[in-house]
Amino acid sequence: MYTNLAIFYLFALAAVVGAAGVPMSKNIFWSAMGLLSALVGVGGLYVLLSADFLAVTQLLVYIGGVLVLIIFAVMLTSQIKEIEVSNQNVGLVSGAILFVLTGTLLSYVALWAPWKVVLRPESHETSAAIGNGLLGTWLLPFEVTSVVLLATLIGAIVVARKEIKDD
Amino acid sequence: MKITTALDSTSLTTRYPKTALATTLFFMLALPFLLYVVLLLMLPFNRPEALDAVAQRLGWDLGHSPYRDTWYGVILVVEATTVSLYTAVFAGVTTWVERRIAGRMQSRIGPNRPGVFGFMSWVADAVKMLFKEDLIPAEADHLLFRAAPYFSMVGLTLPFVVLPFGESVVVADLNVGVFYLTATSAFIVVGILVSGWASNSKWALFGAVRGAAQVVSYEIPAGIAIMVPVLMAGTLSMQGIIRAQGGWPWQWFACQNPAAFVAFFITVTASLAEGNRTPFDLPEAESELVAGYHAEYSGFRIALFLMVEWANMWIMGALAVTLFLGGWQIPGVSVEMINQTRGTDVFPTWLWFGWQFVSLVVFAVKTWLLVILFIWLRWTLPRVRVDQMMALCWKYLVPGAFACFIFTLFWVMVPAPVHLVSGVVLSLGAALLLVKFALRTYKNIAQVKGARVDLTNW
Repeated sequence: MYTNLAIFYLFALAAVVGAAGVPMSKNIFWSAMGLLSALVGVGGLYVLLSADFLAVTQLLVYIGGVLVLIIFAVMLTSQIKEIEVSNQNVGLVSGAILFVLTGTLLSYVALWAPWKVVLRPESHETSAAIGNGLLGTWLLPFEVTSVVLLATLIGAIVVARKEIKDD
Repeated sequence: MKITTALDSTSLTTRYPKTALATTLFFMLALPFLLYVVLLLMLPFNRPEALDAVAQRLGWDLGHSPYRDTWYGVILVVEATTVSLYTAVFAGVTTWVERRIAGRMQSRIGPNRPGVFGFMSWVADAVKMLFKEDLIPAEADHLLFRAAPYFSMVGLTLPFVVLPFGESVVVADLNVGVFYLTATSAFIVVGILVSGWASNSKWALFGAVRGAAQVVSYEIPAGIAIMVPVLMAGTLSMQGIIRAQGGWPWQWFACQNPAAFVAFFITVTASLAEGNRTPFDLPEAESELVAGYHAEYSGFRIALFLMVEWANMWIMGALAVTLFLGGWQIPGVSVEMINQTRGTDVFPTWLWFGWQFVSLVVFAVKTWLLVILFIWLRWTLPRVRVDQMMALCWKYLVPGAFACFIFTLFWVMVPAPVHLVSGVVLSLGAALLLVKFALRTYKNIAQVKGARVDLTNW
């Protein structure tokens, strides 16, 4: 039990420290590294919840895809070493209000939600259940999501394509 | 004064031929054999309950010990170390194999000095690398520069958790195995990107950017082509996919389904590109980028990068063997037959261990054949240009992989006898191609008279 707890706190620490590092770091590449830490941490928490399929999808999509693309974009920016923070507006008052509001809401939810407690979740095959769910009960939301994704793909192609002039 | 050359009495190999032969043979045969035996004895008991039972048998009540979790953790660490050692030994031996094959293909000798046949050159290289200074450029981002090789190492070692070695010899048979393997190998490209950026060198940065573009592109055809055997087996588990195949070539997935035959080539091409092997070695193209993303590295850290690159060939080969070429399935011996010899005791019978060892050897031989194929490809083909690399991926491999995927969706509804017919026809076709290849090679060798293997200088 204590081993599980220690691993949980390790992953939670990675997630929280990484997430804090994303906005706090001055260097945009270190922000990307913070994102990496946060994503790995959350993936590890999924494993502890016996959500193996979700954990691996997290790694594949967010680290193999999104994070690599973000770092790729960071490398294309000029002068990544001496980056100037262009937006100097900190917005103390509005930030503080937002912080208090969201903090209160999240603590309220965390403290008062009727959590389902499962002692020692056994690891079992989740991919089959997810597949059946997506193509059975939740078919309509699944299809709507795929249409939205298709629309974004087409939109990306339209934005990125070269204009060929007729003259 | 007499000038001595390296081959004269100063060379240890020529001064003590017998010792040299013994040492070489030890490293060549005993080291892999020992590693395999350790894996074989350790991995089948890789569950807390099985360990409890083994401890019980040895007269030690581990199951009720308060330190059960700790002991289990210690054993896991030992297993992880052994598997990592396996990657190191494989990478080392492959460097020697590759250099010897490359030498032969370019009509030169290749490394033949340390040990007999030059086999010890990989040990010598490792020792040399460890003694070199670990240089860090003054303008580099020190922490990330130091950390980058470890990202790559993580990407190399994590897939070994699900890679099977034999029938029951696997670290963990996750039920999302294939998916896990493709996901965790993404850490290698994170290492490449971090090293390229942290080096603060234009060559390294260019190499890293190329690497990222290449890996992100080729992940797509690889991911879709991998779905073909997953559909045929109906499971994502690596061992489950192998169990759905058979030992004979016509029972392999690559032959059972014409689309899987195509998908096999797509997977191998895409994994060559993801592993930065020639003809896709754009991130480290020597003639264009000095050494690409690892241009600024030296000593132990570059040794790690090179080890990742070579040991990655085992992952590429093992993945293709698992998904398409029948894995460890022994021809003529079914999984049930192996299970029957297990016995009811906690410790399986010797016969069972024997079959396990045969399955280990079958898997290793198939993977080695693919690795040698990768080496041939590297020393045969020129490097592709960046636009050709992108065109190959997006114009040919991605639509091809999609077509294979759709075809397989229908193919799994076809009755089993058709699969068998396809298996026999395709395996005969593959055998014919192999015969033609051998004949062509023989003819080519006959044409260049005199260029024979010079065994005197081996």
